[in-house]
Amino acid sequence: MQMNKRMLLASIAGLAVAVAGPALAQKKYSPGASDTEIKLGNTNPYSGPASAYGLIGKTIDAYFKKVNAEGGINGRKITFISYDDAYSPPKTVEQVRKLVESDEVLFVFQPLGTPSNSAIHKYMNSKKVPQLFVATGATKWGDPKNFPWTMGWQPNYQSEGRIYAQYLIKNHPNAKIGILYQNDDYGKDYVKGMKDGLGEKAKTMIVSEQPYETSDPTVDSQIINLKASGADVLFNVTTPKFAAQAIKKAHEIGWQPIHLLNNVSNSVGSVLKPAGLDAAKGVLSTAYLKDPTDSTWDNDPGKKEWLAFMDKYYPDGDKTSSFTVYGFTVAQTLHQVLKQSGDDLTRANVMKQAASLKDVKLPMLLPGITINTSASDFYPIEQMQMQKFTGERWELFGPVLSGGEGS
Amino acid sequence: MLLRPTDTREPLVATIAGIPMTTWRLTALGIGLVVLAVIPFVMKNFYIFQITLAIIYAIAILGLNLLTGFNGQFSLGHSAFYAVGAYTAAIMMDRCDIGYVWTLPAAAIVCFVFGFLFGLPALRLEGVYLALATFALAIAIPQMLKSSLVEHWTGGVQGITIIKPDAPFGLPLNSDQWLYAFTVIVAVAMYVCAGNLVRSRTGRALIAIRDHPIAASAMGIDVALYKSLTFGVSALYTGVAGALGAIAISFVAPDSFTFTLAVALFVGLVVGGVGSIPGTLVGGFFVLFVPNIAESVSKGLAGAVYGVILLLVIYLMPTGAAGLVRLISSRLVQQGRTGG
Amino acid sequence: MELFAHQILAGLATGGIYACMALAVVMIYQAIDHLNFAQGEMAMFSTFIAWQLIQWGFPYWVAFGATIVISFAAGVVIERVVLRPVHDAPVLSHVVAFIALLAILNSAAGFIWDYTIKSFPSPFGGGAFLGQGLMSKHDAGMIGMTLAMLVLLYLFFRHTRIGLAMRAAAANPESARLAGIRVGWMTALGWGMAAAIGSVAGMLIAPVVFLEPNMMLSILLYGFAGAVVGGLTSPGGAVVGGFSVGIIENLAGTYIPVVGREMKLSIALCIIIAVLCVKPSGLFGRPVVTRV
Repeated sequence: MQMNKRMLLASIAGLAVAVAGPALAQKKYSPGASDTEIKLGNTNPYSGPASAYGLIGKTIDAYFKKVNAEGGINGRKITFISYDDAYSPPKTVEQVRKLVESDEVLFVFQPLGTPSNSAIHKYMNSKKVPQLFVATGATKWGDPKNFPWTMGWQPNYQSEGRIYAQYLIKNHPNAKIGILYQNDDYGKDYVKGMKDGLGEKAKTMIVSEQPYETSDPTVDSQIINLKASGADVLFNVTTPKFAAQAIKKAHEIGWQPIHLLNNVSNSVGSVLKPAGLDAAKGVLSTAYLKDPTDSTWDNDPGKKEWLAFMDKYYPDGDKTSSFTVYGFTVAQTLHQVLKQSGDDLTRANVMKQAASLKDVKLPMLLPGITINTSASDFYPIEQMQMQKFTGERWELFGPVLSGGEGS
Repeated sequence: MLLRPTDTREPLVATIAGIPMTTWRLTALGIGLVVLAVIPFVMKNFYIFQITLAIIYAIAILGLNLLTGFNGQFSLGHSAFYAVGAYTAAIMMDRCDIGYVWTLPAAAIVCFVFGFLFGLPALRLEGVYLALATFALAIAIPQMLKSSLVEHWTGGVQGITIIKPDAPFGLPLNSDQWLYAFTVIVAVAMYVCAGNLVRSRTGRALIAIRDHPIAASAMGIDVALYKSLTFGVSALYTGVAGALGAIAISFVAPDSFTFTLAVALFVGLVVGGVGSIPGTLVGGFFVLFVPNIAESVSKGLAGAVYGVILLLVIYLMPTGAAGLVRLISSRLVQQGRTGG
Repeated sequence: MELFAHQILAGLATGGIYACMALAVVMIYQAIDHLNFAQGEMAMFSTFIAWQLIQWGFPYWVAFGATIVISFAAGVVIERVVLRPVHDAPVLSHVVAFIALLAILNSAAGFIWDYTIKSFPSPFGGGAFLGQGLMSKHDAGMIGMTLAMLVLLYLFFRHTRIGLAMRAAAANPESARLAGIRVGWMTALGWGMAAAIGSVAGMLIAPVVFLEPNMMLSILLYGFAGAVVGGLTSPGGAVVGGFSVGIIENLAGTYIPVVGREMKLSIALCIIIAVLCVKPSGLFGRPVVTRV
């Protein structure tokens, strides 16, 4: 009897430990995470001058609907809260504070816009809330030493500028470069990259720099000036609407420079087609994502996966716009991070996992391009490949390149 | 012929339900002050922050009201003065390391001068033309702030980040609560000044200029001087609001001060009631909260919902909230006697 | 020298856009004595309607005509329905109503047709005008149509009874009523015409700047600048003003270093203020005389 009682107690104790063990094993949460839910915050310009980018936020929202329909991540549903900041920094501050202090999200994902992110940069880091995969290519987001809670995602603009500079030095060392750029952080970042990449030769090679404001109705005047400057290379740093105008006008006035078009505006459907496919023939650009309107990828399984997603979860979405591909891919990146975080959903761990991405391949990334981060490398995507427009589709050429600083 | 004895009863005063209007007004004011005092202790930080912003917008709208409501000069460009005040504060705090308290008088002076200087050529412009000139100013200012000529000071497109101040003297308030208190103190002071200004001889001169400029000048009022000075004072108010706004948001950038802000201030002015000082508070809260309400109703059509709300407000209260209050109280008012 | 000529022609081309808009602005001003800030959004919305009709297979000129008619009707309806309740409200409340209209139209357009740019066909075909690549056929056609509309408007206001009645209703509603003019319907008519002109402006502008909900925001400002510079009471002046703003903007952008390129809008501001300081009613406007 004694033996039995002792054995019973022992076995009960053993059972208790066995049951309690896994429960003691690491289910840690910061505000916004629980056994059943992960709350994410986001701001996007759904109204105002930058409202074209609101497509990204809508795509991400659709993606998380898909994730939830398929069972969530590690058994938890994703609640994606996205507010409109109308591209106005004070509004961004207000909305992000609401997300963090009132909605109590786990972190803020993909806030869009450089001024918007600059406005909340210090706040997020002082509150120790991740500002993850921000939707801007400005170079300053990859600074883990000073801002450990902020991370970018897309290849930064300066890297891309340097890639073009290297291309020119190798293939057209005596070119005369004219630059058309949007007069804001985005435009100026590209120009800096180009100048840094050209180094000493920048002063002699660049013959004209023409800025424009988003409030300008057309960039026709700037294109005329660029042609008159004698430039034979056009570095086109414009957003989609102005990129289309620039391509069209250059064609109209019979100017055929070597045309370097920045990555933000190289969508066949949203830019090149309106500008005129003939006018866009020969344009060079870089890419890291597959262009959905490019027939190259018609039988590609990655594209099929994206298309299936769009058809089922976001049928109204613009399938010709690269923004939907961007939104899909960055949401998948986050999916990976959250999966890696497992049951440790503290803000610190989410950040740690975001900084531990190794060779992540995603369906809409170009073959050969992978996502890599580390404790000292807060630039997830650094590779791009150059491409040339044939008049019908983009034709990739050359190796997959890295942009230098920050890579 | 009967000589009536002197009426020794109490004089007639406007009353509602037997209580004189002045008592109603003082009670309303008292309740308002009590609510203001209690807010930082019962609400979450984020809401305190929002209310601080609403009060800041109210001060900005008060500035606009002085110019458009009381002096009849139609301005659609007050975001320019708000921007100048904000950048003055930011540059002083970030580049020159001067304490935030001093930025307010500095912003006041800078904006007064700027407003006065703009008011001078504006003297020649009337109505619609003045509106357009100020609208153009509102649009030009962000461009000028971005310009590479002044980039070293203004930070260009990247803007300037400033550090939010903490409560002084070790008071047990967090920075949101302190900023709220600071804003309320400044607001009360500015409202009292505005009220006094409007009720003074100068105020009457301003109103006279609005209603009948030619008669006013015939009466000896120096119309040109008063109009320019009003521009300056109006810019001063909005500039101080801008400085407070910069401190509250802790960031300034050209994109923060587009003509959308000018339009919002104007809408706040009309919704609160043109020519009404308490109305500006309603305006400030409207400008801050209604877009959020519109967004929560429909994300895709937030702008349309906002427009519809705005139309409804204008239909129901064509003369603004203050106008509505005036209308209701005029219905209820009877001439009565107190005490007696 | 070639650059100079080229920039002037480009300035005329962009100026054509501003002149078109300025004409619509002046039209509404003649009818209601205020500036309609929603004018740009109305034009944009009309252009989207035209685009949709073309997408549904209608030939260009059918869509063009239908849009003009639809816009006219919409303008009348807006005046009679949306603006009715604020008729007696002070001027500033009217402006807020216009702002509300602006917000509604902009948001609705974005919701229905989303924000990606769309190309809009030009009735004049692509390619250069008179060879040489100095001006495209469309730019020339746009200038031509603007001038044609200007002439039509002039004839309407000066030589028809309705035009006269409209001017009377706007200038002095009380007296006009006494003379038997239905002032309310005149105002509605004015709105309808302004909406129609705006829709033409939109359909001419869209091929150049590409169609999207935010395309008119800045053009409206330049249109205002042109109208103010030329004089709000003079349609011809507004057109001249629009062209001038376009040319000056281009020349400033080309020849004034640094400032000229970065601060084009500021230059527009300076132009407006400078002109108004010298001639407060604009270059061609009639000074307004009011009885004391």
